[in-house]
Formats: sequence, structure tokens, C-alpha cells
Amino acid sequence: MEAVVFFVAAIGALGGAFGVIAMRNPFYSVLALIVHLFSLAALFLLLTSAFVAAAQVVVYAGAVMVLYVFVVAYVGGGGESAWEPIPGQRFLAPLLAIALFTELSIAVLGSALKALETHGPDTPNGFGDPAAIGRLLLEKFLLPFEASSILLLLAAVGAIVLAARRRETA
Amino acid sequence: MNISWYIVLSSLLFATGVLGILIRRSPMVILLCLELMLNAGNLALVAFSRMVGNGQGQVFAVIVMVIAACEVVVGLGLIVAIFRRKLPLNVDDLRELRG
Repeated sequence: MEAVVFFVAAIGALGGAFGVIAMRNPFYSVLALIVHLFSLAALFLLLTSAFVAAAQVVVYAGAVMVLYVFVVAYVGGGGESAWEPIPGQRFLAPLLAIALFTELSIAVLGSALKALETHGPDTPNGFGDPAAIGRLLLEKFLLPFEASSILLLLAAVGAIVLAARRRETA
Repeated sequence: MNISWYIVLSSLLFATGVLGILIRRSPMVILLCLELMLNAGNLALVAFSRMVGNGQGQVFAVIVMVIAACEVVVGLGLIVAIFRRKLPLNVDDLRELRG
């Protein structure tokens, strides 16, 4: 049963990822990314991390993707030119991606981490639920938590400065 | 399922994101491909957290999500600013800073 869910979610995630890079229209790319994010949330649930899966659906597939949809609707999907600045880029790029994947797989599977071939240890009840994550965030990782909130504030201010309509002073 | 399956899937997703960044020209699609790479990293973090049986990797994944949200907000702000100035939304035409 677990294997079936894993393979369905993995195919969804891979299909979404290929959809993002294959679609001509950026709007369809955004929709493909939403499929990808939902599949990843299912994978996170399989790994018993309920809070990360919920945050993935609510924050990512909900809020961030709405932002993308609005900007795509505002800017419009322009067609991309077929002009290549580097000759043969369309053939070299897949080769490089395949080489990177092979390299990463060899590095991970050839490592001495024996626990990779297991399911992981039996986890206590409530592993990865909001209470456990909240306790970690507010006790052990309080400083990174506060730093990330300051970073979010800075990003919001920066986006307003960048995108605001400014008066021509010249 | 063994943890190694998740790690291999994560590296495959990361390679897909790299491929997208290399072959697409629109800055918006490049941002989407950055999201793909960040999410692949998140999947690896959560899988390793499960392998060790420790929730700290999940906190790391949540912080990565925050970083991704910041990156999206600033990147989309840049795209809107480029569009307002009637510049082409194509990373090959936007090369004034190149020496």
C-alpha cells in the first residue's frame, strides 16, 4: 500500500516538474507546479511529517502560487524566442542534467550511510506533528525562527519598494 | 519504502530544475525552476530526518520554505518592475550588467 502511494506521488511530482519546464505558456507552468507541490505533500505525509505537509499545501500551493498566478495574469505569457545564444544549448543542457543526476545518485547510494536501505527507526507517537515542530521551533531553534521572521519582513518591504509605482521626479 | 528511494527521487527532481533553468528564457519560468530545486532539497531534508528519527530536519525544511517564499516575493517584484519599464522579459536580452 505504501509503495503504491509512493509511486503515484512520485509520478505526480516528476510529471509536474517536467510540466513546469515543458509548457510554453507560463500559466500552465504554474498549474503544473501546483500538481508537483501536492504530490510532494503526499510524500511528506508518507515520511510521517504531518506539519511540513500541511505547511506545503497551505503556504506553498495556497499562498505562494496565488502570487504567481496574479503576476502571470499581470505580465502575460510572452512567447519565448527560439534564438540560442550558445550553439547547441538545447542538446547540451539535458546532457548536463543527466550527468548531474547520475553523479548525485552515485554520491548518495555509494555513501556509507547504512540506514539508507531501511525505513528509518520506529518513531514515537506524535513524530512530526505541529506540537513537536512548534516545541523545536520555540525552544531549540528560537534564533533561526526569529531571524527568518525578520527576513520575511525585509522581503515584503523589498517587494513593495521594487514593484511600487513611483512618481517621475525628473 | 526505503529512504534511498526518496533520495533518488529528490536528486531527479533537482536535476529537472537545473535542466529547466538551462533551457528556459523567461525569468518567471526560471523562478519556478528554482522552486523545483528548493523543493527537491526539502524532500531530501525530510527523508533524512525520517532516516535519523529526529524532527530537527523538518524544522530545517520549514525554514527553507520561508526562504523560498522570500525569494519568490523579491523575484516577482523584480519581474513586475522590469515589466513596468517596458523591458523585454527574456534573460538573454537583459544583459546590461554583462561586461
